[in-house]
Amino acid sequence: MTPAAAPAVDTAKVKEILSRHPAGDAGALVNVLHDLQAEFRYLPEEALKLAAEHLQISQAQVFGVATFYEGFHLKPRGKHVCTVCMGTACHVRGAPKLLDQLERDLKVRAGGTTPDLSVTLETVNCVGACALGPLLIVDGEYHGNMTTGRLPKLVDSVLKEGKS
Amino acid sequence: MPRFSSEKDLESYRHKVAAGRAPDRRAVAVCAGTGCKAFGSAKLLPVFEAELAKASLKGKIELRATGCHGFCERGPLVLIFPAGRLYTKVKPEDVPEIVREDLAGGRVVERLLYRDPVSGKAYEKEEDIPFYMHQQRLVLKNNGLLDPASLDDYLALGGYRALAKAFAMGPEKVLEEVKKSGLRGRGGAGFWTGRKWEICRAAPGPDKVIICNADEGDPGAFMDRSVIEGNPHSVLEGMLIGAFAIGASTGCVYIRQEYPLAVERLGRAVAAAREAGLLGENILGSGFAFDLRIYRGGGAFVCGEESAMIASIEGRRGVPRRRPPYPAQSGLWGRPTNINNVETWANVPWIIDRGADWYRAIGTEKSTGTKIFSLVGKVNNTGLVEVPMGISLRQIVFDIGGGIPGGKKFKAVQTGGPSGGCLPASKLDIPVDFDTLVREGAMMGSGGMIVMDESTCMVDVARYFLNFLKFESCGNCTSCRDGLYQLHRLFTDIAEGRGSEHTLELVEELARTVKATSLCALGSTAVNPVESTLKYFREEILAHVRDRRCPAKVCKALITYTINDKCNGCTLCAKRCPQQAITGTVKKLHVIDQKKCIKCGICLDVCKQDAVWVE
Repeated sequence: MTPAAAPAVDTAKVKEILSRHPAGDAGALVNVLHDLQAEFRYLPEEALKLAAEHLQISQAQVFGVATFYEGFHLKPRGKHVCTVCMGTACHVRGAPKLLDQLERDLKVRAGGTTPDLSVTLETVNCVGACALGPLLIVDGEYHGNMTTGRLPKLVDSVLKEGKS
Repeated sequence: MPRFSSEKDLESYRHKVAAGRAPDRRAVAVCAGTGCKAFGSAKLLPVFEAELAKASLKGKIELRATGCHGFCERGPLVLIFPAGRLYTKVKPEDVPEIVREDLAGGRVVERLLYRDPVSGKAYEKEEDIPFYMHQQRLVLKNNGLLDPASLDDYLALGGYRALAKAFAMGPEKVLEEVKKSGLRGRGGAGFWTGRKWEICRAAPGPDKVIICNADEGDPGAFMDRSVIEGNPHSVLEGMLIGAFAIGASTGCVYIRQEYPLAVERLGRAVAAAREAGLLGENILGSGFAFDLRIYRGGGAFVCGEESAMIASIEGRRGVPRRRPPYPAQSGLWGRPTNINNVETWANVPWIIDRGADWYRAIGTEKSTGTKIFSLVGKVNNTGLVEVPMGISLRQIVFDIGGGIPGGKKFKAVQTGGPSGGCLPASKLDIPVDFDTLVREGAMMGSGGMIVMDESTCMVDVARYFLNFLKFESCGNCTSCRDGLYQLHRLFTDIAEGRGSEHTLELVEELARTVKATSLCALGSTAVNPVESTLKYFREEILAHVRDRRCPAKVCKALITYTINDKCNGCTLCAKRCPQQAITGTVKKLHVIDQKKCIKCGICLDVCKQDAVWVE
C-alpha cells in the first residue's frame, strides 16, 4: 500500500490565517506555524512557502524552524492520533511496554502514520498528568493507568471508528 | 467587570464582591485540573447542576470548577464547603448520593472519603489527610478555592492587593523587599531573584522586557502547569510587580504547547485583566504601563534555557547562544530581559503583601519560602505537594507520599529532571534545599520528584534520561550532540550485556568532557543522572557488566520469561502472546519458547496466577 497523496491545500484559508499576523513580523513564525497546523493538522509545503512570503523571511528559515520543534509535522497525519506519554513517571510505570505493543499492533513506528492514514502513533515527553501513568492519549482524550491488557480493546475501537 | 482607575476603585469593588460572599457560604468545588479532568471530572459538573436543581438547592449552594488540588492520584476530587470535606474518586453516579445525603441531608458519604491504604482510617476533612497535613501551601493555597476563569474570585481572596501596595512602595522599595526575602528562582539553578531583577533594572535602555518561563520541560514535573491552570492571576500579578520594579513595559509568557488547558486559562486571565485595566496604560492610576503576550512553545526541551527561549520567541530555532552578553544586558529583541519561572512569579505577591520578614520565616536561611514538588512514580500518593524548604526527603516520600505501593522497597528518588540526579535510601534524611541537593549530586530543578522502587533498574533510568537528552540536544555543540549520543550507546551496551568495566571508564571520561565543554546547561548538566548513578548505584551497574544480570529484572537482553507450576492452564497468556511463543493446552502447564519470545511482558501482565517468572 502506498501512502495516500497529500490533499490539495486551500490557499485561501492559508492566506486568511496568515493575515491574522502582521506581514514582515518574523517573530510571529512559531505562532503562525501553530495556527496553520491547527487548521491543517500538519504543515503543508505550500503553506510554508506562503508563510515565508508573508513574514518576509527565507523558506530555509521557515523549514528550519518547522523541523526544529517536535510539535510540528511536515507529513499528513492520521485521522486518529495515538500519543504515548514517555515522561519519567510513565516510563517507570511501564510506558515502553505500551509503545512496543502499539508499534507491533499498528505496524507503524513511533512518529509514523499507517499507510491508510487512519492512525498516527506518537510519543510525548510528558503532559504532566503523572498520576495517571502510564498514559495514552487518543485524539486528545486521556486514558490513564493503561495496561497492555486494556490496550488492544482501545486500539480496536479507534480503528473500527476509523473505517466507518 | 468595571475598569479600575485607582487603588480606591479596586478596593471598593473588592469590598462589594467580598460582601456578597459570606466565609461560611455553602459550595461544591469540583477539581478541573488536567489530572482530574483526565479522570472525568468534567462529567461531574452537569450532573451536580441537575441534582442540585432537583433537590431545590440551586442558588443556595455554589457550584465551582477549580484548579488543581494536588491529590491527583485520588481524582476526580470534590470538596464540600464550608466543612472542607473531601470526596475522592467521584464518579457521575456518585453525585446524586452526595447531593441527597451530604448537601441536603447533612450526612457524610463515608464510602467516598479518603482512606489510608495502610491503617484503613477514613479522613473526613482535606486538611487532616496526611497528604495535606504535612504540607505548607502558599502558592497553591488558593487553587481549590477559586474558579480560575473568575477575576472576581481572585479579587475576593485579596488578589492584586500586593500590586497596589507595590505601586505605593515605589520600584526601589519593591526590589529591596524581594532581595530581602531571599527568594531564589524556582526553575532550576536557584539564582537570587532580587539580584537578577536588580541587574536588569540597572541595565541601560528604557525598553526592558520580562518573560515568564512556563516551558516546564522536565518530564514528571507539572507544578507550573497547575499554578497557571488553577490560579493564573497570581502569576500575572507577580509579573506586574516584577515589571514595575524592573521598569519593564513588555512581558511575554512562553508556555508549552503540551499544556492546552493552561494556555486557554492564562489567555482568559490576560483578557480579564486587560478589561479591568490591570494590564495596559496607566494601571490603577499609577502611570505605570505594562502589557504581555503569550507565546506557545513548539515542543523543544532546550527552549527552557533562557537564550534558546529568546530565540524561539523571536521566531527562530531554539538554539542557545554564548553568554555574555547576558539576557539582562541584551536579551529579547536586543532589549534588557529578565526571565523567571512561573512558580517564582507566583511567590512575588505573597512577599509584597506579607513582607519579606514574614516570608523569610518559612524555609531555611539560604532557601527561603516553600517549594512545590510533583511527587510521582512509584509512590502511593501521586500529586503536587508544597512544603517549606529544608524538609527531609523522607518526610516528602513517606509522610506525605504515603510510601511505596505494593509493599515494595524504596530504591531511589530522582530530583531535578534530566539535569538532576538519583539519590539512594541512605540520603533520605538530607534536607531538601537548593544547596544540599547540589552538594549531593542532584539538584532542585523545577521540582520533579520521581520515586523509584526495587523494580526500577537504575541503568534503564540513566539510559532513559540519556535518550531523552540526546534527542533534545539542539545539535549546536559537538560535545553535547555527539557526547550524549555516545554516552547513550555505552549505556545501551551495559543494558544489553555487552558492557565491561572498561565501558564504565569510558562513560566517566566522556561524562567529564561533556560537562566541561558544553555551551549551555542542557549539556553541562546532562551528565548528572549518569554521574549520580555511577556514584550511588555502582553495584547495580556492575551486576550488568560482570554478571550479565539485571537485578531489577528490567533490561530485556538480560532477562528471560518462564512459566512456573503455579500455572493453571487458563490459556490467557497463550492467546495474548503476540509471537505465539507460548504453547500448552487447557488446564495444563504452559511453556514459553525462548527462541520466539520478544520479552514484551504481556504474559506477565495478563497472568492472574502469578505464574510467569522473570529472571
